[in-house]
This record gives sequence, C-alpha cells and structure tokens, in this order.
Amino acid sequence: MPTDSKPTIFINPAKCIGCRQCEIACAVEHSQSKDLFSAIFEDPLPLPRIHILPMGAYNVPMNCRHCDGAPCVEVCPTGALYHDEDGAVMITPEKCIGCKMCAIVCPFGIPEFEALNGVMFKCDLCPDRRVEGKLPACVEACKTGALQFGTIDEIVSNVRKETAERIIRLKEGTYEEEYNGWDLFRSMYAEIIRINEGESK
Amino acid sequence: MKKYKEVSIDSTTQRMYERAQEMGIETVWERLEKQQPQCGYGLLGVCCRNCMMGPCRINPFGGEPRRGVCGADADTIVARNLLRMIAAGAAAHSDHGRHVALTLLIAAEMAEKFKKEGKPVLELDNMASNVLPYQVRDVEKLKAVAKRLGIETEGKTIRELAREVAEVALHDFGKQDEEALAFLKAYLNPKTYEIFEKAPEKAGMPWFENGILPRGIDREIVESLHRTHIGTDHDPVSILLHGLKTSLGDAWGGSLIATELQDILFGTPQVIKAEANLGVLKEDYVNIVVHGHEPVLSEKIVEAAQDPELLELAEKLGAKGINVVGMCCTGLEVLMRHGIPIAGNFLQQEMAIVTGAVEAMVVDVQCIMPATVDVARCFHTKIIDTSPLATFPGAIHIKFDERRADEIAREIVRTAVENFPNRSKQRVEIPKEKMAGYVGFSVEAILKHFGGSLKPLEEAIVEGKIKGVAGLVGCNNPKIKQDHNHIKIANELMKRDVLLIGTGCWATAAMKYGIFLPEYVDTENVGPGLREFAKEWGIPPALNMGSCVDCTRMLVLADLIARDLNVPISALPVVGSAPEAMTEKAVSIGTYFVASGITTHLGIVPPVLGGPKVVKILTQDLYDIVGAAFIVEPDPYKAAKLMYDHIMKKRKELGI
Ligand code: SF4
Ligand code: SF4
Ligand code: SF4
Ligand code: SF4
Repeated sequence: MPTDSKPTIFINPAKCIGCRQCEIACAVEHSQSKDLFSAIFEDPLPLPRIHILPMGAYNVPMNCRHCDGAPCVEVCPTGALYHDEDGAVMITPEKCIGCKMCAIVCPFGIPEFEALNGVMFKCDLCPDRRVEGKLPACVEACKTGALQFGTIDEIVSNVRKETAERIIRLKEGTYEEEYNGWDLFRSMYAEIIRINEGESK
Repeated sequence: MKKYKEVSIDSTTQRMYERAQEMGIETVWERLEKQQPQCGYGLLGVCCRNCMMGPCRINPFGGEPRRGVCGADADTIVARNLLRMIAAGAAAHSDHGRHVALTLLIAAEMAEKFKKEGKPVLELDNMASNVLPYQVRDVEKLKAVAKRLGIETEGKTIRELAREVAEVALHDFGKQDEEALAFLKAYLNPKTYEIFEKAPEKAGMPWFENGILPRGIDREIVESLHRTHIGTDHDPVSILLHGLKTSLGDAWGGSLIATELQDILFGTPQVIKAEANLGVLKEDYVNIVVHGHEPVLSEKIVEAAQDPELLELAEKLGAKGINVVGMCCTGLEVLMRHGIPIAGNFLQQEMAIVTGAVEAMVVDVQCIMPATVDVARCFHTKIIDTSPLATFPGAIHIKFDERRADEIAREIVRTAVENFPNRSKQRVEIPKEKMAGYVGFSVEAILKHFGGSLKPLEEAIVEGKIKGVAGLVGCNNPKIKQDHNHIKIANELMKRDVLLIGTGCWATAAMKYGIFLPEYVDTENVGPGLREFAKEWGIPPALNMGSCVDCTRMLVLADLIARDLNVPISALPVVGSAPEAMTEKAVSIGTYFVASGITTHLGIVPPVLGGPKVVKILTQDLYDIVGAAFIVEPDPYKAAKLMYDHIMKKRKELGI
C-alpha cells in the first residue's frame, strides 16, 4: 500500500509539560541571528510559530499541520501560500496581501497576522534546518517527546504499539486511572512512571 | 558526538576524551549535548521559582506573559536570581572559610588540652608539635594577621594567639551589630572603604545602612534569601546593591579568612617549581587524586601518603610508591604549599579516571561532578567522599573529622593502596604530556621577591614598562573549548605588556601551557616591556596566586598598591576576567571584584540578559556607583582588547 513519506510534526498533549521551550526555540530559529542572546535584542522581535494552549489537565502544542489538501493554499488569492518540494505549506511574504482568508479557513487557527508588515506568518517546518537534515527547532527543543517528527507510518505504528501496551496493562489492572485526565500531576506522573518502567525493562 | 579536537586544546584531554568515546563512556560533553538547546528562560534569567504560585517565566520576545503571578517583571526576576547566585557563591567560599577557622580553633583547643594534661610534647607553645593533627606552621603570618586585627601579640603564647584570631574570624560570620566585618576593616584601604560607604547614596538609595559594607558574613547571605522571598525586594537597584554587599562579605570576609588562616595552619606559599597535567599520574605507583577545595583534608592525605607503613604496604602490593596528585582547587592548595603536582583543571576530572590508573579520587566539596562515580564504575577507581556536607551516591564514604584527622587520612590512603591490585594493567593509558612551572606567588612571596615592597612593580607600571595588571580566575565550562579562552586572553594581554596574576582553573590552564616558566617571556606572546621586567626580576610573565578562594590574595595585592599610590582600588590600571566561568562562586568573585573597584570581564554570558535594566546597571551604572563594572564578551580577542582599553583609560586618569 502506498503511504505518505512526507514527515511532519506530531503532538502528544499527554507528554507536554508546558515549559514553552518549543516557543522559544521556534522564535530563535526565525530570528535574524539564530542566537538567543542576540534574538531578544532584534527589531522587530522574532515570533514563535508554535503555541502551547493550556486545556485543563493538558497542554496542547498547536502548530501547522501542513495539510495535504491545504484549505489555506486553496483559498489564497495571490498564490502566496504554496506547498514546497517537501510538502510543507510555505508563505511568500512579498505576495501576501494580508486578506487573512487563510486564517479564516484554517481549521486549526494557525496563520497569524504580522501587523508591522501587514502579512501572514506561520510554521514553515524550519526550511534552513531541513536543508541541513536537522530536526525542526521545536522538536529538538522538546525534551519530553511531546513533539515528534516523522512520517505518518512511523508515528501511527508507535501509537499502535503504545496503545496495545496500555490495553494489556489496563487488563492487568496496573493502568487504571492513568488517563482520566483531570489531574495534571497524576497524568504527568503516570506518563513518567510508564516511561521509566518501559526503560528499566 | 563531538570530535575530540573540538572539546579542548589540551592534548591530554583530547586523547582521554577520544578514549572515553572508544570505551562508550559518557562524559560532560555528551551530557551538555543532550541538554541542547538549553532552556531559553533559564539562560536569560527570566524564570522564577521562588514561590508556589510559580514557576513563572517572562516572554523574552515581548509578548505575554510580561509579569509573574505576583507581578514581578523581568528585571525584578533577573535581579533576584542573580542575587541568589551571588549568595550561593559567597556561601560556598565562606563556609569553606568557616571550616578553616573552626580547624584553627580546634588546633588551639587541643594544644591547650595537651598542655593541661602535661603531655610531653615538644615546642607545644608554638604548636609545632607533631602530636597534634593541626599546627600553626606559619607563626610569622599568625602574628601579622593578629596585628592587622588589632590583637595584642606581646607576651602571648602561639596557641593563645591562634585562639584569638580564630575567634575574631568566627565572630565575623555570626556578628549581629551594624559594624563592618573586622577582617574587612583590618585589610581594606580607607579610600576604597569610603566608596563602599557612599555607594548607596550614589545609587540613590541612601537608606542602606553602612553602605555596602558587609556586617556579618552569614547575615548578608541570609538577607539575600530574605530579600528575594516573594513580595520583599523588587527594585533591581537595591537588590543588586545588596548583591555587592553580600559578595564583599565573601571577598573581605569568608574567602579572606579561608586564605589567611590556611596560610597560618599549613604555611604561606613560597615560590617553588612543580608540574601540571595528566602526565603527572605514574604508571607503577598508587595514584591518589585529591579533588575539591579544602586543604584541611588534603594536607593530611599528603602526609599520610608518606607514612612508612603505608608505603611498605604499597610495595608489598606491587607498587613502586604512592603518588598523590591534585585536581581543581584542592590540587592548587597542595601545589602552592608543597609542590605536589596538579593533574588538571575542572574538565579533566573525568579524564583522570579514564586513564585507568587512578586508585582513588578523594573528594571534599565544590565542583566535583557526581558523574565521576559513573565513570569510575568503568574502572577499578574508587571515589571516596570525605565531607559531611557532600555525599556522592555510589562512592565510598569516609567522613572527615579534624580531631581524628591523621587516623582518617591514613584510612583513606590505605583504601587507595589496597585497591592497587585491582588495577587492570591492560586498561591503563596515561598521557605523557606534563609541564613545569613556578608557583607559590602569595602576596608574602611576591613582596619577598621584590625585596620587601611592591615599589619595583609600581615603578614599572608608572614608567609604562608594564601597562597594568590583570587578575584571571576560575573555571572551565564545556560550552567553551577547554582552556582556549584562558590561554588566548592571557596571551593577548601579555602581548600588550599586562602582567598577569591568577588563580583557580585558569592558573592550572596557564601552567599546562608553560606560561609559569620564566622562559615563556621569550615567546612572541609577551610584549617587550613585560619581557624586560620579568627578566630583570627573574619571574614568569604570569604569577600563580593559588586556588579560587585565594582570589583574595589578588585583592590584598591591589589594596597594597592602592595604599602606596594613595588612591582607591578603582583608580588602578587593574582588570579582572573569568574567561570560562561556570560556578556561582565565579559570580560572587566577579561581583566582589567589581564592587571592590576592579572592572571584570566574563567570557560566558551570565543569566541576566532577560532584564535590560539589570544589564545596564551591571555594565554601566556601576561605574558611577563603585567605579568599576562588568564587561561581557565571549570572543577572547575582543575581550582582551576591551580589558586593555580599560587599563589604558585608568592610566590616563592617573596621569601616567
Ligand atoms: S517546525 Fe519550525 S517553524 Fe514550525 S513550529 Fe516548529 S520550530 Fe516553528
Ligand atoms: S517543548 Fe514540548 S513539553 Fe515543552 S511546551 Fe513545547 S511541546 Fe510542551
Ligand atoms: S529554568 Fe525555569 S523554565 Fe527553564 S527548565 Fe528550569 S524551571 Fe523550567
Ligand atoms: S515570586 Fe512571583 S514571579 Fe516568582 S514564581 Fe512566585 S508569583 Fe511567579
């Protein structure tokens, strides 16, 4: 069966501790100097393309899904939005007229408006890093594994395996309340313990 | 994984790092890599964990959140974090000083007890008896310190004097009155004293009683924690003023006490030739590395290693003898006083174990990586922790007690010797490189060398043969190629005829590169004026003044020059630098250098950039408040230039 070989960023809210390191790394990656200590003095200040949304017990990292039939690309009247050769949804600021149509149609609310230049900006899957074969800045910064970079096959098979394990544990009665999700610390601890147990095996 | 040439310019470190990689041993550089990218909030200092409404962090890119839950902004948070770093650094140095003062008191008390019991010990009055674990080795210095402190010396026995000096020192730690520290008053020149008194007025905060003169060593540290508690002090200026005060309690209190009383107990360093680098480990000997900071223990280890019984045991087990070598500042303490070779600086602690030739690494406090235990697991090496303050999971605990010092030191050495047969000969690889150098330049030794006064040095400065003096200190940091900035800055300054004095891991770096050899003046790295001066006086172009606690020797030297020229320290053509700073102690040292009037360069960006007001105070406003400020510059060439420019500016102001 032919599958999608285009890697993208997958998010796992259960593992996000809300440290917002990804936001910092993203902003630095999109600065002129690409150095934290200089970036904070730049004008205009660089902005992150990923946002952490606190949702009750979970933190949800939100960034561009780089959709295949991307509604933002389809709706863009000037062709400012396009798919590059890696399949990433990119924007050409010079072509952007700031009509904000992309933001209206994006189901995830990703494209943002940059008031200074009157153009939209969004996650671009770190093109400079892609050239060098590096992970996207946010993924590299995330030390908990809440952000992962890979093809849908890789991610899905991981999820499948993890879920299978969970089912077994649930059956053994060792995995009960882990994902009831109402208590941030409980779910975080459960995840940490699960990972540690997995490692010590 | 890093290439071995990227981590260090030291060939022994390069080879041992390569070896660690071959053996699959994780070291500091891999651990640093796994931390990348490091927390941006932490690097900028805009993360606050001081209460449980937090942790809070400020968005460094201008967006929300701009304030912590309590309302603290970036500058408040950065200043509070910096003050806590200063307090921790001052605490580490000062607790070391307290330990030495207590040891002097114990020595005096034991001598008194022995005397009462009528024990037939020789020369008990000057406490040079070998029955006691600790003695006064430098009676002259004891008398000199007592005199400075205003203690009557006539007609008193040595043990009485020792007790009184120890008591004044201990009093300085816990003092509750508003007076400045006794040690500070005894050592600091009046003109600088005046600047300390007036600093708060200049900063627009006259309510600081006694200015930035520290009142009690412990008190200022405790007050730092009080001020930084949620809801207490929020003005970056007053927070930083207290930072100066706390660091001065370290400089002219805790650290100074450590240095001066160590000299009394163990002898004041005199110029002596010794060797440095991993090549000082010996193939057929029992190798013991003493690592950490406190000579109270290592002095005894050095003695115990000469015990005939233990030497015999070593021979019986197939060793040619016992080879004690140093590491970090404990290493510098025994290097300065006994010429015991030093195996390396901070980033070589794991490397020493990787040689496979270390029977025991005996550790006390500060700068010892817990990872040494993990690396040691790959070999037969035993890590022996000795301080009740510092326990390492996986190490052997032989805790130290001054009263039974000899017995415990022998037990430690015995443990090392008995471990010799466990060494696997095929797994030994000791790098050959080592370098000789002259060490032991205490203030007393320098004075002696110049014929009793600093006149020759001062004249050379006034004439312009020497442009000024730079005090280089401290640390390695794996973020910088080991020793690279230490050596580059040193060379760049010496080329410009700046005489170097230095301590800590900088001094070990300099020694490994031959800078402490008089021959070094003939290299292209030394300018003509400095060359001429060094040749005339038979000194190397840079002087090793000891461990990082001994930075106070540099202060005392600066104080003497300031007195001679009748100016405050801040008027002198003197600069400081911590090219590869790493510890909180380095933050305290940097701060007390600046507070004392010595403009200081840092080669690592400290966690303050997130607070623009704080940065401005540290790098600009402090010039108006105390006459010196910080220079932050990671590039060693640019840094040396900036330091030199500062020296030239000071010369101009002095009219020389
Ligand atoms: S992939 Fe790059 S651009 Fe997209 S959110 Fe991550 S760091 Fe930002
Ligand atoms: S770095 Fe990872 S854990 Fe931290 S906020 Fe981002 S996604 Fe969450
Ligand atoms: S410095 Fe602050 S934000 Fe960064 S990891 Fe530590 S607690 Fe978290
Ligand atoms: S002290 Fe203030 S800024 Fe710090 S964690 Fe508490 S609420 Fe946040």
